[in-house]
Amino acid sequence: MHRLRDTWTMTKRSLRHIVRSPDTIITVAAMPVALMLLFVYVFGGSFGRVFRNGPVSYIDFIVPGVVAMTVVSGIAYAAVRLSMDMQKGIITRFRTMPIAPASVLSGQAFSSLLSNLFSVLPVMTVGVAVGFRSHAGAAAWMTFVALTVATTWLALMFGLMARTVEGAGSFSYILLLLVFVSPGFAPTSSMSAPVRAFADHQPMTPVVETMRSLLLYGHAGGVAWEAFAWCAGLLAVCYLTSVRLFGATRERLVVAQ
Amino acid sequence: MTESDVAVEVEGLRKSFGSNLVLDGVDLSVERGRLFALLGPNGAGKTTVVNILTTLVSPDSGKVRVGGFDVTRQAARVRESISLTGQFAAVDHLLTGRENIVLIAELRHVRSPAATAEALLEQFGLAGAADRRTATYSGGMRRKLDIALGLVGDPAVVFFDEPTTGLDPESRNMMWDTIKLMAAGGKTIFLTTQYLEEADRLADEIAILSHGRVAARGTPQALKSMLPHGQVEIRFAGTGNLERAAGVLADSDPVRDDSTLTLTVTTDGTVARLSRLFAVLEASQLEVAGLVQRTPTLDEAFLQVVGHHGGRQDAPVA
Repeated sequence: MHRLRDTWTMTKRSLRHIVRSPDTIITVAAMPVALMLLFVYVFGGSFGRVFRNGPVSYIDFIVPGVVAMTVVSGIAYAAVRLSMDMQKGIITRFRTMPIAPASVLSGQAFSSLLSNLFSVLPVMTVGVAVGFRSHAGAAAWMTFVALTVATTWLALMFGLMARTVEGAGSFSYILLLLVFVSPGFAPTSSMSAPVRAFADHQPMTPVVETMRSLLLYGHAGGVAWEAFAWCAGLLAVCYLTSVRLFGATRERLVVAQ
Repeated sequence: MTESDVAVEVEGLRKSFGSNLVLDGVDLSVERGRLFALLGPNGAGKTTVVNILTTLVSPDSGKVRVGGFDVTRQAARVRESISLTGQFAAVDHLLTGRENIVLIAELRHVRSPAATAEALLEQFGLAGAADRRTATYSGGMRRKLDIALGLVGDPAVVFFDEPTTGLDPESRNMMWDTIKLMAAGGKTIFLTTQYLEEADRLADEIAILSHGRVAARGTPQALKSMLPHGQVEIRFAGTGNLERAAGVLADSDPVRDDSTLTLTVTTDGTVARLSRLFAVLEASQLEVAGLVQRTPTLDEAFLQVVGHHGGRQDAPVA
């Protein structure tokens, strides 16, 4: 009971931080929209040729990829925020207080989910405005939540491992690369053989495929179990590692002071 | 003295970081309601002691109890009984002063966080800046807020780790006043410092930590009385005078220094002893160029215990 209350207190704190960094909000919410428009109106002319006579339009095709990209760039800030906290005295205060250590991390995770939900709204809104037609239901949002929660804990793990605040956010480029080398923006069949072999077997691919299937057709498709298995596995490993790291870095950080 | 009268109890505390032995069997105890100062030079292990007492670092061995609870096995109970104000202001810079207090009050499950914030802001003279982000606060204001946060939830034992290190004199005086006020209110306070003056002014009891062990402990007065008594240094006008004086004062076993033309006589510091010394000088009609009395200071006790050599505080005889 206390744990839930403490997590909510920590979530409120983290949400205040997010709201008070307008540059972060702009980056997280506006950047994916801008990239989506870039893909559709600049690259789309040549990319989109593949889709011209196909069953889906290019905008329909890329929205799941843009959503994944939004999540990946959004969670990087969770890593940065946690890393900033870890370098400051306030975390020492929290640690000398009777609160569950996991609530510090869970608060960050929860605020990250909320801020990602917020930043995916403009993507959806602008997407619909430029012709995206969706059958998005609860299951599509579940996929979004699963991806966000799993990658947020990955972010928190990196935030705890990073020695500098700058280093904390940089891991998100790897995730961003995974989004680009997935069927997020182009079908893998159009990629060269070695890239395609990688793209077909990396975790972001089933996630993007499942999200697309849910968004466009309203059913999960064949790789949904794979997507959820990746997310669940990632979440389990990253959660346990983060909680352990949070305890273990205690002495290192304290001594460093 | 019963168990419940002891707020902090440490026996045989040892701690190493890698191959570096930091605490080598520390023993100390602090009674409830006392203001205790752990005094020591940089690197003596003061912060490590505080970190162990506040559950931030686990001890390698030894008995460590705070508020009646074991820091390793009952860490959660210890955390309910303490607060720590460290060397760096542990406030949230993106939140306002009020939000900072409310945050800590909510985490400590205080019944009315808003009222707690209101009262503490008032008490620390921060009411006017309550709704500004602390990033805009001056160093002194941030420090005040930091202490206020340490009082939220009324913890039984309040720890201050080098509370005045790096503070300007005005903020330092404010800190001293605040600590004294808290002590007067009956709180148990455990502070570390490398400043003798601070320990002397504030503490009911001092322990001197040196090379990972408590080298001496007692009241400031008791520590001072451990010292050799006062010395009087007499300077003469010339070598002839010095020569004759050494003869006249031979009974007092003076230490002669030809380069400064001085004799140093150790006394028990009493007026009677000093009067006799001056009477002899007067009667000898020697030409005395100057007199200096050296009074024992806590600095000397400290240096003697810690085993360094340093300057002394010289006070001219009136």
